[in-house]
Amino acid sequence: MVWFKRNTPGLAKQAKKNTPDGLWIKCESCKEIIYKKQLIENSYVCSHCEFHFRINSRKYIELLLDEGSFEERCEGMEAVDFLHFRDQKRYSERLKSARQKTGLKDAMRFGIGAVGGHPVVFSVMDFSFIGGSMGSVVGEKVARAVDLAREHRLPLIIVSASGGARMMESIISLMQMAKTSSRLARFSAEGGLYISILTNPTTAGVVASYAMLGDVHIAEPGALIGFAGPRVIKQTIGQDLPDGFQRAAFQLEHGFVDMIVNRKEMKSKLMTLLRFFTATGGTADA
Amino acid sequence: MPDILLDFEKPIVKLEKKISEMKALAEEENLELAGTIRNLEKKLDKLVKDTYSGLSRWERVQLARHPARPFSLDYINHLFTDFTELHGDRLFGDDPALVGGPAFFNGRPVMVIGQQKGRNTKEKLFRNFGMMNPEGYRKAIRLMKMAAKFRRPIIVFVDTPGAYPGLGAEERGQGEAIARNIYEMARLPVPLVVVIIGEGASGGALGIGLGDRILMLENSWYSVITPEGCAAILWRDAAKANLAADALKLIPADLIKLGVIDEIISEPGGGAHRNFAGTADAVRTGLLTHLAELDTLDGESLISARLEKYAAMGYYHDR
Ligand SMILES: [Zn+2]
Repeated sequence: MVWFKRNTPGLAKQAKKNTPDGLWIKCESCKEIIYKKQLIENSYVCSHCEFHFRINSRKYIELLLDEGSFEERCEGMEAVDFLHFRDQKRYSERLKSARQKTGLKDAMRFGIGAVGGHPVVFSVMDFSFIGGSMGSVVGEKVARAVDLAREHRLPLIIVSASGGARMMESIISLMQMAKTSSRLARFSAEGGLYISILTNPTTAGVVASYAMLGDVHIAEPGALIGFAGPRVIKQTIGQDLPDGFQRAAFQLEHGFVDMIVNRKEMKSKLMTLLRFFTATGGTADA
Repeated sequence: MPDILLDFEKPIVKLEKKISEMKALAEEENLELAGTIRNLEKKLDKLVKDTYSGLSRWERVQLARHPARPFSLDYINHLFTDFTELHGDRLFGDDPALVGGPAFFNGRPVMVIGQQKGRNTKEKLFRNFGMMNPEGYRKAIRLMKMAAKFRRPIIVFVDTPGAYPGLGAEERGQGEAIARNIYEMARLPVPLVVVIIGEGASGGALGIGLGDRILMLENSWYSVITPEGCAAILWRDAAKANLAADALKLIPADLIKLGVIDEIISEPGGGAHRNFAGTADAVRTGLLTHLAELDTLDGESLISARLEKYAAMGYYHDR
């Protein structure tokens, strides 16, 4: 199930507001006017209310990895419109305009990098590419990231941001849940470490696969995390949803994320966790 | 004969009625109508064949949802013996939208699991229209692990309009439950054969459906989203579901070409609801064939073959 499209008009507006073109920008949460330079220095977190502005994959790479350490893999992997899917628009056209808009090939990037000197396999989704939807390329890249981590015995970090499976790849997009989860199962059985970072939004098919299969789950504050879309749930139960429903704090309360970490502290938290999981001195057979 | 009819079924039922009236008349009045009846029966055969072979995807979706369509328990009761239903996920509760337990299939001990819909209003509500909650997924994986422990093959019947989109389902981690199931199913060292008997909606279906073999009844569908859901999002009009059904390519004939399913089980004589015994026989044959093939593989081989199966699914250019 996919629900990024419903949100598109709102999100497009939000994205425009989020793109700090001018010197000043209005926080969409507290409505305070923030100096753009200060916002950037603050990891795109509002200094008044801690609202986390949506950022793209490049910024996550800058924020979380050591400078210059990221070696991207499979950069050129591209989606194919194998079903000749056409709604009001052709999928091939959607792909073309998404590529033009974002400069990316698809909604996922991965490679080897370092977090505070710890080598890791790092994967990050990009919501700006068709709502971060998961099609064949996203699924294959997750699978290859898992395999790369397995091959080099490295920790795996995935930063998720997705509206779910990509409808335009129909059943094959659903099968990416199978592909990614089964690869993670093997990786984990062999002792691999996987840290899943859930950002706003992480939903539907991605939540029902790799985003919820980490050893450790870290959510960004306020991130919407859930399986079914709020609108669908509202229609089903015929009543308004409680405040904060499916947000990071809700998921923490219900036991589905380990912690909520402010973007500014994310890297140091990752370093602490990586130190713990990669340190020697565990049990005798470690 | 089901009294609820889809539009394209009406001419068939009309003709069937006419034939039975004719037969009754012939008997009562002692008339010689055998020739006429034979002709009508021939006509009926052709009508059934033409109607059901020429159905659009959207019409097949409607057949998959036919109120008289056999459900999981119909197949379980018909094809299995000594089915003992087990309840509960040991964590929160029991989900009546999912039934399962040990049974004998062709004299062999197996674990059988299925999504269950209800026939009348009361039953529909009890079964939550076949929409599972997290506890259903957790019950399913509990039973599957039990099967693995005792080295029993697993047979799964899929028939769901989707995982339940409810408040409690989200509170109890619907996404996590489905993700965990897929992850755990990937490591089960026993054969896992899945039969899609009606609706296979998205993660709701895949959450119990990571099979070594996926069989699909002729009039069933399997997709990332319901046609209505897709139409509502991409066409902004749920009434465009017929267009969405075509775009999604969600019927068995499409899915076998895409390599997602392994066999189409044909439904004789105009669908499972018109010929249950024939359909159930075909399901039995399918299960026996695939189980026999999987029996040649040990646990590790099954796990690696399953991994390979899903690893191969995807279309991309790797430049
Ligand atoms: Zn603010």
